[in-house]
Amino acid sequence: MITLSHYIVLGAILFCIAVAGLFINRKNVIVLLMSIELMLLAVNTNFVAFSRFLGDVSGQVFVFFILTVAAAEAAIGLAILVLLFRNRSTINISDIDSMKG
Amino acid sequence: MNPQLLQLICFYLFGFIAVVAALAVITLKNTVHAVLSLVLTFFSAACLWMLADAEFLALALIVVYVGAVMVLFLFVVMMLDIDQEKMREGFVKFLPVGLIVAAAMLVEMLGLIGVKAMHAQVMGADPAAMAGVSNTAWLGQALYTKYLLPFEVAALILTVGVVAAVALTLRQRVDATRHESASEQVRVNPRDRVRLVKMDAVRPAQPTPVPPQEPSS
Repeated sequence: MITLSHYIVLGAILFCIAVAGLFINRKNVIVLLMSIELMLLAVNTNFVAFSRFLGDVSGQVFVFFILTVAAAEAAIGLAILVLLFRNRSTINISDIDSMKG
Repeated sequence: MNPQLLQLICFYLFGFIAVVAALAVITLKNTVHAVLSLVLTFFSAACLWMLADAEFLALALIVVYVGAVMVLFLFVVMMLDIDQEKMREGFVKFLPVGLIVAAAMLVEMLGLIGVKAMHAQVMGADPAAMAGVSNTAWLGQALYTKYLLPFEVAALILTVGVVAAVALTLRQRVDATRHESASEQVRVNPRDRVRLVKMDAVRPAQPTPVPPQEPSS
């Protein structure tokens, strides 16, 4: 018997893994972007589960919009990444400090 | 076998794969392998959504994420020449902090969820099936009536995203290829390019044959 807490606990675990990924990969922008995608996936899992268990379609509609926005975000983020690498020849976060006062 | 027990076994299987693949995403040294692990995570999550009767979104996740976004990631990872070793600096240094923060967040979340309180909520009948339609029709009926304006705005966001991504990465290479500046093309006035002349329709005069010049001696 799958219960609601199964899905929510799984979403929480995925979200915390993504947070840990943000902390331990502080140099690599690509892994940071992937961690953000993982966070969005955890949130979407919660939305789908609540939509299913409460019988409300709004949750699934929201997942649809989150997928749309996340795709646009990934495209723009990777475009910025390519531009950054072309100009600075690095994607190391600690090298990107030209705006430091 | 009891179908509900089978569902539960499938849930644990897919959930385990998703968690292990997510851990691989944040710990693997090779970025290409990390992207491929993320593909596995998304695929397992799609299976979990399928278990929750969200068939349309599960397939959309596979098509949009595995088919488009992850391929984009792979392209960028393979295109950029990244020093993998240098990227790993500070991994061990930040590992304890990351683990502590993640574990604390997880404990807090699980406490907040109140696992026991929600354990009673068993998955009932599929709401779409109770309405007598498929999941896609159920979703579409809400999407195209109640959420029509947000749907159009989402399309606009995607268009803006495409324009922004192209505008960011468009390179002005004057050396290799012939190209025209976009701003120059927009700024041009039709009067600069086309000149309309008025003239009478007259037959041009017959050219008189020029007598061959005699070589002067």
